Amino acid sequence: MRGMSLIVKTITNIMIGFIFIYGIYIILHGHLTPGGGFAGGVILAGAFILRILAFGSNAGAEKKSEKRSSVFESLGGLMFIGIAIAGLIVAQIFFLNFLPKGTPLHLLSAGIIPLCNIAISIKVGAGLFSIFLALAAVKYVMED
Amino acid sequence: MIMFLSCIILYLIGLYAIVTKRNLIKIVIGFALIEYAINLLFALIGFRSNMLAPIITKVDMPHRFVDPIPQALVLTTIVIALGTTALMLSVALRIYNRYKTFDIAKIRKLKG
Amino acid sequence: MIELYLFLIFMTVAAFVATEIKDLLAAVISLGAVGFSVAIMFILVQAPDLAIVQIVVEVVTIIIFVAVIFRTTHVDETIGKKLTGTHILSIVFFSFFALFFLVAVFRALQELPAFGNPTMKVASEYIRLGLPKAGGANLVADVILDFRALDTLGEATVLFTSVIGVAALMRSIGRKK
Repeated sequence: MRGMSLIVKTITNIMIGFIFIYGIYIILHGHLTPGGGFAGGVILAGAFILRILAFGSNAGAEKKSEKRSSVFESLGGLMFIGIAIAGLIVAQIFFLNFLPKGTPLHLLSAGIIPLCNIAISIKVGAGLFSIFLALAAVKYVMED
Repeated sequence: MIMFLSCIILYLIGLYAIVTKRNLIKIVIGFALIEYAINLLFALIGFRSNMLAPIITKVDMPHRFVDPIPQALVLTTIVIALGTTALMLSVALRIYNRYKTFDIAKIRKLKG
Repeated sequence: MIELYLFLIFMTVAAFVATEIKDLLAAVISLGAVGFSVAIMFILVQAPDLAIVQIVVEVVTIIIFVAVIFRTTHVDETIGKKLTGTHILSIVFFSFFALFFLVAVFRALQELPAFGNPTMKVASEYIRLGLPKAGGANLVADVILDFRALDTLGEATVLFTSVIGVAALMRSIGRKK
């Protein structure tokens, strides 16, 4: 996929770090403020998509990153199920909130909810990024 | 009441696109419109006038919130909608590569 | 609440344009207008979580639509042609169905509580127990990740399935020439 003009590249260079930080903030504060794993994961995927759209990439790198993002998606799903099964091991209840709740309205509180947010964000972000790569970026055989 | 009915009208426009249009991309757009209409209907049903968003900012604040359950249901639906839309678009892209058209009437004729 | 009505009228017009216009890129942009209006309406009905997700998802949706249209064609050849028999038949059937559907929905909506005044039987329990039992200040996060976490697991499965479907349909290795 070709890149875009110099203006787009410069602005992307400036903005992409802020987008990443915003996405990570949304994920980590998902149990205190609006947002959470779904929103933050899609924002992270959007940052990666912006990078590909602005700078472009060659077919080999895209294929490699598609493979890696599907690995990350599976890891996110396994982490989510792992948290659920941990509750099953601790007290025989699937998806039990077994961690200590902490003080309310602090960053380290709410038991498993922040961990679930991180798992979901990895899963959603990697999944959407691999959908984008498969549909928009990777060259495939046009003649059937 | 009128608010809910306008959501249903949006739903009917999406259904119109699915039933009567012959272009595959237009059919996918119809599905997307139906998803928006249903999500909006859920969020509107959960609304309470003069209430706050369901986020606790102080420990002992009065519980004057809108209904959080429709919001939780819709939150997962929005992301699923993106996945299903991408799946439908990839099917449409494959069909275009085979037949060089999005017209479903022509695709039916070119069979075999 | 006048702004909600204005946005609903705007969305209805934009949705109609999206279904009827000849240029597919313009149709996708009209779809984006509908989606962003939905996001603004989520803010107006006090649902900031939904608004954030809707805005970002809308951007990705439009990118995917535009990518597909750039790879194929952006003219809808079926608009503006003479109507064939099956097309007219489908429109007639649809109008009858829409009429019955509107009547049925009108009677069903009268059973619902009025706008701005829902019955909150289950939700009041969730609001009361949210902070002490689950510990999160964001009640929506409490509901999707603690009280109803199994729903979220099912959602993750659906997303995984759609990703696998797209990857399988778009693969280039092992496809017969």
